[in-house]
Amino acid sequence: MSAIFIKTAGLGPHAFVAVALSKRALSAYRLSFGAAALAAAINSVFGLLVAWVLVRYDFAGKRVVSALVDLPFALPTAVAGIALTALYAPTGWIGAWLPVKVAFEPLGVVVALTFIGLPFVVRTIEPVLADLGTDVEEAAASLGAGRAQTVVRVVLPAILPALATGFALAFARGVGEYGSVIFIAGNLPYRSEIAPLLIVQQLEQYNYRGATAIAATMLAASFAVLLAINLLQAWDRRKMAA
Amino acid sequence: MRTILGLTLLLGIFAMTAPVHAAEQTILNVSYDPTRELYKDIDAAFAADWKAKTGGTLVINQSHGGSGKQARSVIDGLEADVVTLALAYDIDEIAAKSQLLPATWQKRLPNNSTPYYSTIVFLVRKGNPKGIHDWNDLVKPGVAVITANPKSSGGARWNYLAAWGYARKTYGEPKAKDFVTKLYHNVPVLDSGSRGATTTFVERGQGDVLLAWENEAYLATHEAGGDKFEIVTPSVSILAEPPVAVVDKNAAKHGTTKVAEAYLRYLYTPAAQAIIAKDFYRPRDPAVAAKYANAFKPLQMFTIDRNFGGWTRAQATHFADGGVFDQIEASLH
Amino acid sequence: MTGSASTSEPRWLRFVLITIALAFLAVNLALPLAAVFAGALAKGLAVYRSAIVEPDARAAMRLTLTVAAIAVPLNIVFGLTASWAVTKFDFPGKSLLISLIDLPLSVSPVVSGLIYVLLFGLQGWAGPWLRDHDIRIVFAVPGIVLATTFVTFPFVARELIPLMLEQGRSDEEAARSLGASGWQTFVRVTLPNIRWGLLYGVLLCNARAMGEFGAVSVVSGHIRGLTNTLPLHIEILYNEYNYVAAFAVASLLAGLALVTLVAKSLLEWRFGDSIAGGGH
Repeated sequence: MSAIFIKTAGLGPHAFVAVALSKRALSAYRLSFGAAALAAAINSVFGLLVAWVLVRYDFAGKRVVSALVDLPFALPTAVAGIALTALYAPTGWIGAWLPVKVAFEPLGVVVALTFIGLPFVVRTIEPVLADLGTDVEEAAASLGAGRAQTVVRVVLPAILPALATGFALAFARGVGEYGSVIFIAGNLPYRSEIAPLLIVQQLEQYNYRGATAIAATMLAASFAVLLAINLLQAWDRRKMAA
Repeated sequence: MRTILGLTLLLGIFAMTAPVHAAEQTILNVSYDPTRELYKDIDAAFAADWKAKTGGTLVINQSHGGSGKQARSVIDGLEADVVTLALAYDIDEIAAKSQLLPATWQKRLPNNSTPYYSTIVFLVRKGNPKGIHDWNDLVKPGVAVITANPKSSGGARWNYLAAWGYARKTYGEPKAKDFVTKLYHNVPVLDSGSRGATTTFVERGQGDVLLAWENEAYLATHEAGGDKFEIVTPSVSILAEPPVAVVDKNAAKHGTTKVAEAYLRYLYTPAAQAIIAKDFYRPRDPAVAAKYANAFKPLQMFTIDRNFGGWTRAQATHFADGGVFDQIEASLH
Repeated sequence: MTGSASTSEPRWLRFVLITIALAFLAVNLALPLAAVFAGALAKGLAVYRSAIVEPDARAAMRLTLTVAAIAVPLNIVFGLTASWAVTKFDFPGKSLLISLIDLPLSVSPVVSGLIYVLLFGLQGWAGPWLRDHDIRIVFAVPGIVLATTFVTFPFVARELIPLMLEQGRSDEEAARSLGASGWQTFVRVTLPNIRWGLLYGVLLCNARAMGEFGAVSVVSGHIRGLTNTLPLHIEILYNEYNYVAAFAVASLLAGLALVTLVAKSLLEWRFGDSIAGGGH
């Protein structure tokens, strides 16, 4: 890992800024981080819902659904990219019905990252939710709390750390995702070009230093986000314990 | 002195005996994307030829990918015995960065070490609904052009330079940048590799025209069934020369120098040239070329050496960071 | 029943929630999966079969299984050690360590691969020495194993940490106070408590190891029949306009993963009671 930073250090500060903070790189970061955050947010909402439904309710085919959640882990990212592109292209099953263009647009990136990130959220919340059990809720209810009150005041705080972890994982995974995105993104500079693609392009030009400069910038940024979330969680745990 | 002499002698004996012991030899051909079909056929033919001539069994391993990426892998230690890449610049880079072969590699085989050549043509949808016949039709409003990103794709660099060459010939050098800018204004999707661009056009139905190697265009029409696409040959295009070379130090290390050289020389034989023509590359051999004359439309071709001062200069001017292509892309946004 | 009303939702709300969740999963997960199989069977079973039994596909399958067989056990050991250290002990910089565990997830896989090329490639630090000793790491199987191990490292630890945090240290502390050694505590108390989370982490780790593309692509060298894993083989087929074969091999990987997931579900069902017992 330090190899990245040492290699980058060989680049002067001017050259570093020219490569890593160029207008094009900045718009690529914006897309990568923005799409990853949006996808992680979508997954936080729906992932929480899916986890809740899987843990708390019984319905036909629940096992199948539960197994299906892991599909994005199992499906190689390149295959996911091909499949999603085939679905969302104007000629595809979904794309043909949508009023807006998804494939080959920035929206396509969000679609791919939503697919990739879902299990991170579901699988981090699920065990905590299951472990939580219903006894605290019963206790809350017996003390006169309404159902909505119980969920918001008792259940939500208990799973918040897991939800934050899930969001962080989905986000981090989305920022770095390459295999599935390049198929569906369109890859137009300044518009639908993700940061990992810029790295690959620098490599294709034999420009290792440029590639590592962008990689280091992304690394620092995602590491900062992860650290912030972990610190937040630690703080949250201390607060809860107190 | 004596020990050095002894060691040299020992090494010499080792070098001489090693190939004799190896009844089965393996070589690795590191190539670019569109040649998969070509080398599948060539390898089988050469292995049979080699067995007939020397009695030895030869296994040829193939590695394919984007030309730049493949060159980089060889620089980083992928032990290719021969490289067969999309452009001379990539092999120049191997020579410069790794010293695995001499800088003069391109002089070692006939025709600039390019046993076949090709050019850049247009692939359009059946019936040519947008009426695309030459380069100037590509800059018209409402025409969507599909090509890969020249920063990452060797094939796309040929496309770019072909357009530039046309513009200079027609409008003069000062206006060339303007023309190419207009062309890239019409590009809705910029894939990272040539094959990706072809897929976007053929399978995903994006765009009105695909800029492609002639062999890729033929292959795509062939694979998709003959009635979906048409090939349009422009009035003038670039002479695309994909070169081949033995990677000396790797071959010497593996004891495969002889067979690697024979492999590349085989590409110039009538038998290989016929395979080359069958796979839609333009053959060098006059007799084979005459036989396949109907398959390849004649057109005016200009060379990169004459028009762009060779690959190293073209690369620095157009495709390096901050180069002309970056300026064009920046001006579009 | 008042208890049920206070700890669950009205029937209609349950129905709505389930429907939304299922619809989301159907669009987001089931349809792409269906697209893979539809693509694979577009030209019938015979074409599907021949794409799978072809020698290069079988070589890729062997390599993928080999890589997973090495990377997964390594990560079980790493993951157990890391999550044990993080959850059962307090030390300065713990948050930093947790973030470090996540790092392989946040690093672009392409960059992970690049790290190994920078270290072991011919132009890298160890490159010339390796070449002199005829040891191949990048563009050979060891490089693929290393890259895969790195990329799949967080899965086991990430699965275990929340679970171990939730369970706390009281069981271990009780065992220690009764005179159990550290190792005994780990084997007799911690391990049974986390075994289902562990199994789950292993399954995820395995699936990712088999499906990894970006990092492996950088270090593989793409030699047909030698260093191509299944995902790389799929890319090659796709690039050869051989879409049906590409989707066929892809369906194989998806099928393989589905089988693992079914196995896990069966396991849970068979030992349902002991899971519940172990989990609480």
